[in-house]
Amino acid sequence: MNQYVLSIYQPDGPVPEPEILDPIMRDLEVLNTDLREAGVWVFDAGMHPPETATVLRVQGDEVLVTDGPFTEGKEHLGGFIVIRVEDLDAALHWGRRLAKVLRLPVEVRPSQS
Amino acid sequence: MTSDFAAVFRAEHGRAVAVLTRVFGDLEIAEDAVQDAFAAALEKWPATGVPPSPAGWIITTARNRAIDRLRRESARAGKHAQAALLHAEAETLEEGAVHDDRLRLIFTCCHPALALNVRVALTLRMLGGLSTAEIAHAFLVPEPTMAQRLVRAKAKIKAAGIPYRVPYEADLPERVRGVLAVVYLIFNEGYAASSGETLVRNELAAEAIRLGRLLVDLMPDEPEAAGLLALMLLQQSRRPARVAPDGALVRLRDQDPGLWDHVLITEGHTLVRRCLRRNQPGPYQLQAAINAVHADAATAEATDWRQILQLYDHLLALDPTPVVALNRAVVVAEVEGPAAALALVDDLSLDTYYLFHAIRADLLTRLGRLAEARTAYETALSHTTNQAEQAFLEERARH
Repeated sequence: MNQYVLSIYQPDGPVPEPEILDPIMRDLEVLNTDLREAGVWVFDAGMHPPETATVLRVQGDEVLVTDGPFTEGKEHLGGFIVIRVEDLDAALHWGRRLAKVLRLPVEVRPSQS
Repeated sequence: MTSDFAAVFRAEHGRAVAVLTRVFGDLEIAEDAVQDAFAAALEKWPATGVPPSPAGWIITTARNRAIDRLRRESARAGKHAQAALLHAEAETLEEGAVHDDRLRLIFTCCHPALALNVRVALTLRMLGGLSTAEIAHAFLVPEPTMAQRLVRAKAKIKAAGIPYRVPYEADLPERVRGVLAVVYLIFNEGYAASSGETLVRNELAAEAIRLGRLLVDLMPDEPEAAGLLALMLLQQSRRPARVAPDGALVRLRDQDPGLWDHVLITEGHTLVRRCLRRNQPGPYQLQAAINAVHADAATAEATDWRQILQLYDHLLALDPTPVVALNRAVVVAEVEGPAAALALVDDLSLDTYYLFHAIRADLLTRLGRLAEARTAYETALSHTTNQAEQAFLEERARH
């Protein structure tokens, strides 16, 4: 078995209107239930917007604290799900479902554990 | 002996890597072991002669050598070596599964999670047994670049857990298309090299045909596999007529059909007829049928252009790309005349494709619009780096 991180990339800006968001959240609930019932769910996290992030960087002996996300850009990591499955094809199967539900790009990446 | 060895190597490399990948559950161990075994064969066979079952000899030798090596490594607490050894002990070496093993290897090498150029290189390396240097030369990249690409691909296969498996039923049609596309890409690079001179390219086309035969053998129920093989055979049959003694490119309509390879044509025709009986046409089968009609004509004038146009209409419906539309326009020129064809061509946006400009130039010439034709030939020239194609265009532009 391998562990994979399914990372969700979302555009910055306001949260979509309820008429758009609500059906998406309902589909996501179904997917979450399926992930648990299939025994592949390990962990997940939805994140607050990137402007709530803080970056720490070592400079000499100091650790510099800066406001905002690590990368500049119009899209940022919005959340992730960790799953445990047989191989990449199985991970891509769940990743594809997630991307379809959210209509957002999903990065599938193996984790070392 | 050397040619015997080369033939065995070409024929058995993919099979051996495929079987050993199953045995050790690891592409890299399998490939190294097969290299080892062929090196041992090169030492032994000149004295003992080629054994009755070269494939069996290579696979058994590779397996034993890999197990020896893994034992030594796992004694030094190599976790990876231990895992591979465990895998090897659980697997039995049966020849019956060989077919399926190679199919699994093709699907692994052509996995959509790998970039297309990586899929091509990996397929040539693992199944074709081409050296890194040969692949690098064929695709005009420095050898270290190609070596790095292959190392990275194998690392991704291992780390990301790309399975050594024929995909599930639901993914199959999509994946088969990807596999066929990789093989056709290899063929095209050999048939109409994107630049440079010619030598390795011919071998590349031959290698693609060999892989095409393998696919038909492995996927007898896939009509597009047969279609692709037929298409490659029929295109390859014209190779002797495509290049003049001075190295210049000869257009289809100027070729001497007497120079075509009729053995390949017969085989291609047989496959096309078999596809027709199935009646599940796909893009490769239609392109093969188009080439079969060309091959039927004893002279360019005797070509059944109307039938070709019908096949192109069908192809354009299935695969509505500008390149298909461009090729169809060439046929329209034969059936309805150059003016009708030019109107179609001018609607396409293929500005960086040299053939688009070359075809426009030809149509303009036939319409007597010579100044415009010359400009179009010059534009075409600026969009190809293949020397034979350049020479052809320069020659045409002078008229």
